[in-house]
Amino acid sequence: MIDLKQDYFALFGLVPAFSIDMEKLEQAYIDIQARVHPDRFAHLSDTEKRLSMQWATHANEAFRTLKGPLTRGHYLLELRGVDPGFDTNTAMSPDFLMEQMEWREALGEATDAADEDALDDLSRRLRQSTRALEAELARQLDDAGDLEGAADSVRRMKFLEKLQHEINDALTALES
Amino acid sequence: MALLQISEPGMSTAPHQHRLAVGIDLGTTNSLVATVRNGVPQCLQDEDGKLLLPSVVHYLPDGQIVVGRKAQATQATDPRNTIVSVKRFMGRGLKDVAHVETMPYDFVDAVGMVRLRTVQGVKSPVEVSAEILKDLRLRAERSLGGELTGAVITVPAYFDDAQRQATKDAARVAGLNVLRLLNEPTAAAIAYGLENASEGVYAVYDLGGGTFDISVLRLARGIFEVVATSGDAALGGDDFDHRLFCWILDNAGISLPSDRDSRRLLMKAREVKEHLSFDDSVPIRLSLDSGDEVDLVVTREVFVEITRPLVEKTLRPVKKALRDAGLSPEDVKGVVMVGGATRMPHVQKAVGEFFGQTPLTNLDPDTVVAIGAAMQANVLAGNRAADEEWLLLDVIPLSLGIETMGGLAEKIIPRNATIPTARAQDFTTFKDGQTAMSFHVVQGERELVADCRSLARFELRGIPPMVAGAARIRVTFQVDADGLLSVSARELTTGVEASIAVKPSYGLADDEVAGMLKSGFEHAQADMERRGLAEQQVEAARVIEATEKALVTDGNLLNDTERAALDSALGALRDAAAGNDVRAIKLQLEAFNRASNEFASRRMDKSIRSALAGHKIDELRI
Repeated sequence: MIDLKQDYFALFGLVPAFSIDMEKLEQAYIDIQARVHPDRFAHLSDTEKRLSMQWATHANEAFRTLKGPLTRGHYLLELRGVDPGFDTNTAMSPDFLMEQMEWREALGEATDAADEDALDDLSRRLRQSTRALEAELARQLDDAGDLEGAADSVRRMKFLEKLQHEINDALTALES
Repeated sequence: MALLQISEPGMSTAPHQHRLAVGIDLGTTNSLVATVRNGVPQCLQDEDGKLLLPSVVHYLPDGQIVVGRKAQATQATDPRNTIVSVKRFMGRGLKDVAHVETMPYDFVDAVGMVRLRTVQGVKSPVEVSAEILKDLRLRAERSLGGELTGAVITVPAYFDDAQRQATKDAARVAGLNVLRLLNEPTAAAIAYGLENASEGVYAVYDLGGGTFDISVLRLARGIFEVVATSGDAALGGDDFDHRLFCWILDNAGISLPSDRDSRRLLMKAREVKEHLSFDDSVPIRLSLDSGDEVDLVVTREVFVEITRPLVEKTLRPVKKALRDAGLSPEDVKGVVMVGGATRMPHVQKAVGEFFGQTPLTNLDPDTVVAIGAAMQANVLAGNRAADEEWLLLDVIPLSLGIETMGGLAEKIIPRNATIPTARAQDFTTFKDGQTAMSFHVVQGERELVADCRSLARFELRGIPPMVAGAARIRVTFQVDADGLLSVSARELTTGVEASIAVKPSYGLADDEVAGMLKSGFEHAQADMERRGLAEQQVEAARVIEATEKALVTDGNLLNDTERAALDSALGALRDAAAGNDVRAIKLQLEAFNRASNEFASRRMDKSIRSALAGHKIDELRI
């Protein structure tokens, strides 16, 4: 029996690692959805509809987790028994704290000035930083086996993601 | 000897088993029904050869209910009992409805959803919509010569849970088996994508009579993946009419027109708007009951000017959807225009300028949604041929969350999550010894609960007394393939459970729907029972047929004992289905569902394994 609790990498036939073949992930996801999606079972019995919904939900959750770098990194840490402790562990390096303050300040200024270009620019810079962190996380998880460092990177990525949302919200607010 | 070919269950059916399934576009202004006949999707005509059914319902004092064009004709003479654009009221409270003051109805503000007082009593928007759906069901049954197996009903992608549930209720009241609620832009994308064999990122700009949707989809061979969706559930062609209506009042110096005059002016405004898509200027002449004479000329420039804010308003959700998708306008390969309101040249121009390309208008914007829905209905009913397989991955339009301390909304499922989906979040108690916890389920993007739509409230009781913060209450949100939410809460240390389908607090309670179902059928009881029996028999036949097929391909998944048990359950179901006892069939169906659970699980398993096996082969090749 395939276990709904089996790890997400195994579900898609992937080796657990931060660097994964995105195309392969997507193809495996689509092949599985093609077989379990509720649209395939709409004319069948309630049992089959229910099973299909459970499986399709599981496949969607697994795919979402592995697709995003932050969720994938977090999930890999969990598999290896490390809790990044988003709420509890707030110890970060002074330079990252400094950087955080600068980001926040820039966001505040751009929002107050209703400066769309500044927000767009901030968003671009944030994406660059995120990509750099992803490369670092890949090294820590896949090459160095530095779980401690990886947990720190995941916490940083979480912060950047939150900031990205705030920038998007500010942009949306400007347009309405 | 030739080998018999057996397809996977649900993958195809022999021609004689073709199930009658339709797609219904339940629009603000017009509604349509379509089906796939001999492999060709087509809209079905009414007896006068018309495709569009005006979404207008007229309640007469003698108990008659008139739907469509005839009802439209009486809207100026009996505005209070002639309900137009009822879709705007679905799942909405009175305060949510725009321009109430210019509407000629006698509104009754009820909890959750507004009601309308007519000569036939107080009507819920669900009942009014059901009349439209019933008309279309009868049209389809007449045209196809049999009862329908099921229907796909389209909804604006931006409809929230309350609006979706109201639509599904209306379909039930109309006697339709809902195979799926399908988002309108997604339906259009199916029709467009399959027709044009398109690949790449497409945007569907859907401006209907009362709603606006924008969906960004990734189309690949046989896959329709919605990446992001946004919109405005209260913005459409009606608003353009309303602007013109206000302009006429201003320029003709009329204030506070009567209900009848209002309705006539609104109808005139709509007519003029349609002409302005072709002509540079249109005269407006009308003698009102009040004695006022309207004699004006409106030019396209004026119309464009007074409606510019509306067009600009549609571009905000477009930007938001692109941002959510992480894409820029240049990444979009084509923009598909849907909805009658996209016929307005200045709308096409604005969209074209935004995306830097001419929008695609080669499919009829009025029928494309119904056509796509019919194609999906055909697949869902199990009529698909092996070469027509496609996969639809849709999303929820608005985040779902729960109220936490301080009136803040904690998002549990974010917008644009692919459905079906489930997410859980743990909460804890606030006070020592707290034994109950109340939950408030909300939908929307804003931080404050007060700015979100309230979907439901429920309580978890029987939590064992513990110190504050010790209990662990897991709240699970499940959104099904129709985009409908159900919520459950469980205290993890004791297993105390509470769950609700997010429904009773806003729209209609189940018994209310049941009441409408009953009153909806002309011959009441006898007809209800006959229909109920037929439905159960069809359901039983469907289950028997599918199981027989499954046993042929996958019978080896069961050992002899298991096989014997399943065969006996199947036999009992077959016997019950041959009789006329609705309850007996229902009971046997339930028993069979339980008995077949393990078999179904193993088959699902096998199917997933074979999907993965395909990959292992690929790996070897590399």
